[in-house]
Amino acid sequence: MDALAPLLASAINAGTPLMLAALGLLINEKSGVINLGSEGMMLVAAVIGFAVTLHSGSVAVGFMAGAISGMVLAGFFAWLTVWLGANQVATGLALSLFGAGASAYIGIDYVGETLQGGRYGIPLLEDIPLLGTALFRQHPMVYFSLVLCAAIIWFLNRTRAGLILRAVGESPSSAHSLGYDVRRIRLAALLFGGACCGLAGAFMSLVYTPMWVEDMVAGRGWIALALTTFATWRPARVLAGAYLFGGITILTYHMQALGVPIASQLLSMLPYLATVLVLVLISRNASWIRLNMPASLGKNFNPNT
Amino acid sequence: MSANFLRKALCVMAAVPAMAMSAAAGAQEPLKVGFVYVSPIGEAGWTWQQDTGRKEMEAALGNKVKTTYVEDVPEGADAERVIRDLAQQGNKLIFTTSFGYMNPTLKVARQFPDVKFVHSTGYKTAANVATTNSRFYEARYLAGIIAGKMTKSNVAGYVGAFPIPEVLQGINAFTRGMRSVNPKAEVRVIWVNSWFDPGKERDAALALIGQGADVVTHHTDSTATVQAAEEKGKYAVAYHSDMKRFGPHAQLAAVTHHWGKYFTKEAQDVLNGTWKSDSTWGGIKEGMAAIEGFGPAVPAELKQLVLDKQAEIVAGTLAPFAGPLKDNEGKVRLESGVLDDAGLNKMNYYVEGVAGKLPTSK
Amino acid sequence: MLKLEPRAHPSVWMSWLSPVLAVLLTMACGLLLFMAVGKDPLASLAVFFLEPIKDLRGWSEVGVKLAPLLLISVGLAMCFRANVFNIGAEGQLVLGAITAGAVVLYFDDETAQGGFWLISLALIAGAAGGMLWAGITAFLRDRYNANEILVSLMLVYVAELLLSYLVHGALMDPDGFGFPQSRLFSDGFLLPTVLPGTRLHLGIILALAASLIGWLYLSRSFSGFKLQVGGMAPLAARYAGFSARRSLWVTMLVSGGLAGLAGACEIMGPIGQLTPSVSPGYGFAAIIVAFVGRLHPVGVIFSSFIMALLYIGGELSQSRLGMPSAITGIFQGILLFSLLACDVLIHNRLRWRR
Repeated sequence: MDALAPLLASAINAGTPLMLAALGLLINEKSGVINLGSEGMMLVAAVIGFAVTLHSGSVAVGFMAGAISGMVLAGFFAWLTVWLGANQVATGLALSLFGAGASAYIGIDYVGETLQGGRYGIPLLEDIPLLGTALFRQHPMVYFSLVLCAAIIWFLNRTRAGLILRAVGESPSSAHSLGYDVRRIRLAALLFGGACCGLAGAFMSLVYTPMWVEDMVAGRGWIALALTTFATWRPARVLAGAYLFGGITILTYHMQALGVPIASQLLSMLPYLATVLVLVLISRNASWIRLNMPASLGKNFNPNT
Repeated sequence: MSANFLRKALCVMAAVPAMAMSAAAGAQEPLKVGFVYVSPIGEAGWTWQQDTGRKEMEAALGNKVKTTYVEDVPEGADAERVIRDLAQQGNKLIFTTSFGYMNPTLKVARQFPDVKFVHSTGYKTAANVATTNSRFYEARYLAGIIAGKMTKSNVAGYVGAFPIPEVLQGINAFTRGMRSVNPKAEVRVIWVNSWFDPGKERDAALALIGQGADVVTHHTDSTATVQAAEEKGKYAVAYHSDMKRFGPHAQLAAVTHHWGKYFTKEAQDVLNGTWKSDSTWGGIKEGMAAIEGFGPAVPAELKQLVLDKQAEIVAGTLAPFAGPLKDNEGKVRLESGVLDDAGLNKMNYYVEGVAGKLPTSK
Repeated sequence: MLKLEPRAHPSVWMSWLSPVLAVLLTMACGLLLFMAVGKDPLASLAVFFLEPIKDLRGWSEVGVKLAPLLLISVGLAMCFRANVFNIGAEGQLVLGAITAGAVVLYFDDETAQGGFWLISLALIAGAAGGMLWAGITAFLRDRYNANEILVSLMLVYVAELLLSYLVHGALMDPDGFGFPQSRLFSDGFLLPTVLPGTRLHLGIILALAASLIGWLYLSRSFSGFKLQVGGMAPLAARYAGFSARRSLWVTMLVSGGLAGLAGACEIMGPIGQLTPSVSPGYGFAAIIVAFVGRLHPVGVIFSSFIMALLYIGGELSQSRLGMPSAITGIFQGILLFSLLACDVLIHNRLRWRR
């Protein structure tokens, strides 16, 4: 199975932006806020990260710029929903729609520009036959995302701050009466989520396809949202889900190349149908969902009432 | 002379300078030419080549023409509005550069009989609507020859947009060219269902490379395939434009379109009043398709071989689709002779050497 | 400095004024945007908002754009009021186009005359297609608690791929040289135009009718009342015995049916055939339209008009001003943001405080 190693490598590559965004959204949702603007944040971060890298010559600076732009948009979202009390769903949608238009606008001068693709990998490990190609020839951001996943697991389960975050998500009024500033905590969570979506977006335009094209995120922001739900808000499951989803997408192309006699459009439906299927399987048990979902998800909290 | 006659003579004399001035003004007033593009112009690709053609026309005709373009116009109901707006704004020659504009173009053409329309890649004409396309499959055949000689794995990868005849002509010509010098070669195709989606194009290119292709090419609009090949150290044949900038080591050659000469001719015809509605399907001989941008990896003898074959195509002694033509399921599509335009336009099969089954085999 | 203070009662004034303020705010942002790129701000704004309606044909084009937006947003207004977030209207529109198109192609041959009955059949088929697609989402939410936002959204992608598959295959025009589109529908199967010489078709009448019926339903019927209470105070609704399941099914099926009808009108109106792309994102734009229209079936007439203006103004500003196509999306996003910000003033007031 010659093709297996490259398939795995591509799957990991494809799953990384999903994982980065989904981890950020997970933190958002743990604090009780649902931010549907992930698609918009990823798009804006993709174009800004790309532009900054083009001008500065440094991919690292580009990633930082992407993260910052994500945080700025998330901050705006936080102001509208956490402070002004606007409906979270509508505001998130507006952010996605706006982000799509704004990124296309900013990106006009950059369409067709491209960055030098790089060859990345961990020096010794990448030469291991098969496993090396599959696992160790990735961009540093891929490995960073794994570290991030581990860090979030540790943060949520082992630190005081993580506990407070979870408390805010489960019952903001209790947290408030204990003296914690719910709004500040939610803001922090949203900013973190924005930064992660920013990194994910920048990954798309700096590593995945080193160029800018309008709407290049192509729905991955929405899929990342779905991922947090069907990972039942557990970071390790987010990782599995992201790679699985990335893998299915790549698999459909390999199937075409192998000459599998199913129409390409039907094959392309697979990732979306798979998402729906997993969502159904996970959500089926209502009490399971209730157990895992932050209780205050989607509800605004006003400390003055 | 009677007073009447004098009055008439005076009127005529007054009119003459006015006519002369308006004639002069008419000669100075530039022909307004409009262009409708289906995607952003970008830096390479179908629309980039169309726009390059527009600029060449401007350079050739100077201040006799004034051009306007609208880019990124989606095919469908909105296109009609844009085309109509261009006509209403005084453009007398309008180029609609994508298949999906065909019916909107015809609808608007009916309402503006004195405006000339040229539609690319379609098949319906009218008194004031001409069609055009390029026989790029001639250049694809030549590209196949290069691929056939340069491949070591005998597998080539093709990233395709939609399984329509135009794309199939390219795939099949490429395969026939490849197998004419390398009978063991095989072509694998992935359909990304989009003219322009670099993410998908790249995934497809990588999948093909992962399956053993060491030469890849594409019938899509971005540079993603060439870039993927460059990254993985494989070869690529670019499409629409020379993409050496994006794949300095990878690009073996580029199959390109050139519209400048044709656009200039159409505009000149309108200016001269000799414009006719026809179907211009030009190939290498007419300068509308070309193979160029030979990369550093192509050895001189191979380049010479390709140029020799190109001369044969131009002379008419070599045809990419000459019989016997068998499809990849063994059915004979053409016994002998050369496949005519009708056969090309209805092409809905893969030739021998292409792996896989077409999703639509009606 | 300015502070926001909660009001004792939500302001009725502001709930009417807020959409208007939002439009004005959007225009103001537009002025800034045009200035930033060096175009004459007032002239550009005029191209955007006045040029599209300067003559009868212009109004008819706005109407062509308005019809699908209105049809879909009436349904979405109902859904969102009941707290059912149907984000997949775009997919339901596509399915409606597919089913209506299939019916037309089945009956449309050399001798077919079309006519009232067949057109009605096709429209009903379109609505049914949209209902079916929405029904899948409703079923998965009802039976398995699957979040309707995500399911309906995933189904949008599936619907678009299905359309592509069909126009490349089963529904493809046999004389079309293998291009992915269906036969052109014969004249007898196209929607009649209501304004001769323009493209304004029956869809606008259907949309206005839907708006009226929607308003009557929500304001005058007990069933509509139950829906709204279910959205505003779910616990109270449950206590009163109002079925949340029923509102889920009613709103999803109605909005799906309206979206499907919009899809049918598009292919039997301005497009005239089945093509791989039948909508420039009407299903998503309708979400903004619904909110800006205050989720009111008659209010959305106003907001769909504004949205249609934005679409056409955006197009014109491309060919007249050389602005990029992205301008439309930016304006749409700013409009929604402005609305959400102005809505804050319904429950809060701005006060000057030390």
